[in-house]
Amino acid sequence: MSETIFDSKTVEQALDTMVRALRSNEVYMIGIQQGGARVADTLQQRLESSGCHVERGNLDISFYRDDLDTIGPNPEVRPSHLPFDVSGKNIWLVDDVLYTGRTIRAALGEIFDYGRPASIHLAVLVDRGGRELPIAADCTGLFCEAGVNDSVKLVTNGDWHIEQHEVVA
Amino acid sequence: MKHLFGIAQLSREQIEYLVNLGASFVELSRRSVKKAPTLRGKTIINLFFENSTRTRTSFELAGKRLSADVINISASTSATKKGESLLDTGETLAAMQPHVLVIRHAIAGTCEFLADYLPDTSIVNAGDGAHEHPTQILTDLLTLKQTWDSPQGKVITIVGDIAHSRVARSHLLAAQKLGYSVRVVAPKTLLPLAIERFGCEVYHDFDAAIPGSDVLYMLRMQTERMTSSCCFPSIREYHEAYGLNRRRLDMAGKDCVVMHPGPMNRGVEITSDVADSARSHILDQVECGVAVRMAVLTALCGGGQTEPVRRSRKREQAEAAMKAQGKLL
Repeated sequence: MSETIFDSKTVEQALDTMVRALRSNEVYMIGIQQGGARVADTLQQRLESSGCHVERGNLDISFYRDDLDTIGPNPEVRPSHLPFDVSGKNIWLVDDVLYTGRTIRAALGEIFDYGRPASIHLAVLVDRGGRELPIAADCTGLFCEAGVNDSVKLVTNGDWHIEQHEVVA
Repeated sequence: MKHLFGIAQLSREQIEYLVNLGASFVELSRRSVKKAPTLRGKTIINLFFENSTRTRTSFELAGKRLSADVINISASTSATKKGESLLDTGETLAAMQPHVLVIRHAIAGTCEFLADYLPDTSIVNAGDGAHEHPTQILTDLLTLKQTWDSPQGKVITIVGDIAHSRVARSHLLAAQKLGYSVRVVAPKTLLPLAIERFGCEVYHDFDAAIPGSDVLYMLRMQTERMTSSCCFPSIREYHEAYGLNRRRLDMAGKDCVVMHPGPMNRGVEITSDVADSARSHILDQVECGVAVRMAVLTALCGGGQTEPVRRSRKREQAEAAMKAQGKLL
């Protein structure tokens, strides 16, 4: 049983807020597959229509996860694609939902395998709390408090909205 | 998945899973920093009783690019030379607690045999005699995936020393599972008996097999495995009858590609101009080989295994059985 916690209007407003925070002449943006890449796509569109130049890449962090021993390899790995040189760049890392911070830790590891960026900042659409690592977002669209048995998901079929449902352990 | 012995053991879904996982690793080898931490802390031992360049190197690179510790042992430098049995070598290496043993051996079934005695180690078959070579077939399927989405309905024509080829055998097994068809082309002396039972078309005339082929898959003459010298009259005659040259390539459809599992002998089964032509996917196969082996190692080291770990005392069982047999005699 899932419940919509943020409707499409709230998500739209949050994305606009994020665009204002990210705006600069040159934006280097990396989306984390798959939800983060979708958020990065829409942020890119909005930034470009307001006149910013955006360089985009996508990361799949499956090979960098710390849970291969417990859950096994991800059956659907999408390729990482970073068409620009990350060295010396100020990079925005984009994800849809920020939870434990482990995905971000893995993504940071992967980015550093491509080069040495000047800085990496984190932009997320939803921060649902429950961090297990010292990681915080620099730009957050929405906040909510979800318990350990809850799953918070961005739904991109039709109008974008955020759903929460309980996971039966 | 605990072991990879051969295509025979895999389901269609498992084959597709490994090929898709391999596809996602192709890009890793094209980066400037070719390293991911996926297999950090895992140990892989390559135990090769037969010579090999590309298989051993690609297993080694696959492991190293995923941050595993890889050790290579070849028969010429191993204790086998000093008279140690295969089982003792296996048990000695297993006692050093590697996660994966990659084995190539001239005798079919070596991997299954060792797996019975080494319950805690995952074993990958990197070629056992003329039996199977599963990672080569996964490699070919990944190479072809970059050209076609699915091999279903395609025709792969395998030409040459079918009798000694584990690659041909594994392809015949994979073809039944994935729905592509195989034509085998060879003189009778280089074909196993009753090969048509695998469901393939058998040709002795290369020219007749070319029309309608989607892949011309050339094989090397494995002279080191031939027990007599009467398999073919001479290299020159073999090349005339079964070598892939420009004339034959022109007879094939314009989308037909050329593959070879290597090592190739230019001027015997394939001419240089064909091997170096744009329709040759031979070097793509090598690139895909590293990616597929990364996928295999990741799948074997990954968790989520549902199979219970066998704690067999196989050696004691075998000795008891021998004793019982001795009493009967």
